[in-house]
Amino acid sequence: MRIVILGCGRTGAALARIMAAEGHRVTLIEWNNESLERLGGKFTGAVITGNGLDEDVLKKAGIEQADMFVALTEGDNRNLMAAQIAKERFQVPKVIAKVNDPIRAEAYRERGIYTICYSLIGSALIRDLAYDRPLGTVEDYNVLPPELQD
Amino acid sequence: MYVIIVGAGNVGYYLAKTLLNAGHEVLLIERDKRRCDLLRDEFGEAVMRGRGDEIRIMREAGADRADIVVACTGDDEDNLIISQIAKWYFNVPRTVARINDPRNEGIFQQLGIDATVSSTNIIYHLIEQEIETSEIIPLAALERGNIEIVDVEISNRSPVVGRQVDDLPLPSDALIVCIIRGENAMLPRADTVLEPNDSVIALVSAHNERLLRKVFAEEASSE
Repeated sequence: MRIVILGCGRTGAALARIMAAEGHRVTLIEWNNESLERLGGKFTGAVITGNGLDEDVLKKAGIEQADMFVALTEGDNRNLMAAQIAKERFQVPKVIAKVNDPIRAEAYRERGIYTICYSLIGSALIRDLAYDRPLGTVEDYNVLPPELQD
Repeated sequence: MYVIIVGAGNVGYYLAKTLLNAGHEVLLIERDKRRCDLLRDEFGEAVMRGRGDEIRIMREAGADRADIVVACTGDDEDNLIISQIAKWYFNVPRTVARINDPRNEGIFQQLGIDATVSSTNIIYHLIEQEIETSEIIPLAALERGNIEIVDVEISNRSPVVGRQVDDLPLPSDALIVCIIRGENAMLPRADTVLEPNDSVIALVSAHNERLLRKVFAEEASSE
């Protein structure tokens, strides 16, 4: 698979290393050179330094041929914009965005962007652990519970 | 008309002022506390602190009865999400998004934003139409972008006096867009010769501004 990952934070770096080690063609976009140190010495994928909302940078990263695009920067809105560019402009078949705000995560999931919300997943998991319940799946956790709907 | 403006930088501030003067109902939403406190003296209840990309804040702001939501923060991604949420959750009839990088205009339109405003493009068109400099005031709007507009006065001792535009040793990402001579604004051509007291308006990437100024600066006196 050809995978373009935006953002070399902890998740982005880990994902890039795992997928590259499994033989996929990974390109990582990051504008801060220091963050790239997280990749360690054994990363076999490509790295593009630049702004992930810039279509020229995305093209350089090979988004036109990508099977999957993952937006993992620190900014929810940045991830959501990048994901929409990937999906609508470049028709990338699989697009995933990290979104920390549960409300925004749900809003965009309903509109076709697969969002992953760590705060929802983490809190739901901890709740099950608190009750010693059998653990659910990520899909169970990655949805907005009624308590958070306002 | 009820207009919600998100982002109280220079653009949001002057827009709010203008709309209020024209008799419209305005709410200015700003996330920075200090900026809000400052604006409250002038706008009172018409300022609200919060993030316009949060549904809760927009509900509090009465977005469901807003006629227009204007997203004019300094970040394009924020302006996109603010506009989309206003549309999807509150059925706001018209959303206007400010665009800092003019290349984003296409994708904003593709994603359903009713109108976009790019100050870079507006200024560019103003200059294209040879409008007098006094009217090209909103230059500050570019500050957050990577491109700056600079206005350089040419003194009679500047080394560029008498030289042609295409003969100037400009930095690679600098573009002279306009020359003001007396009361006239003119579009520079390759063979335009610079004269003393001309004003040169140029677009230049932020990191090369000093280099550009150096090209026009008087040579250091050896006396």
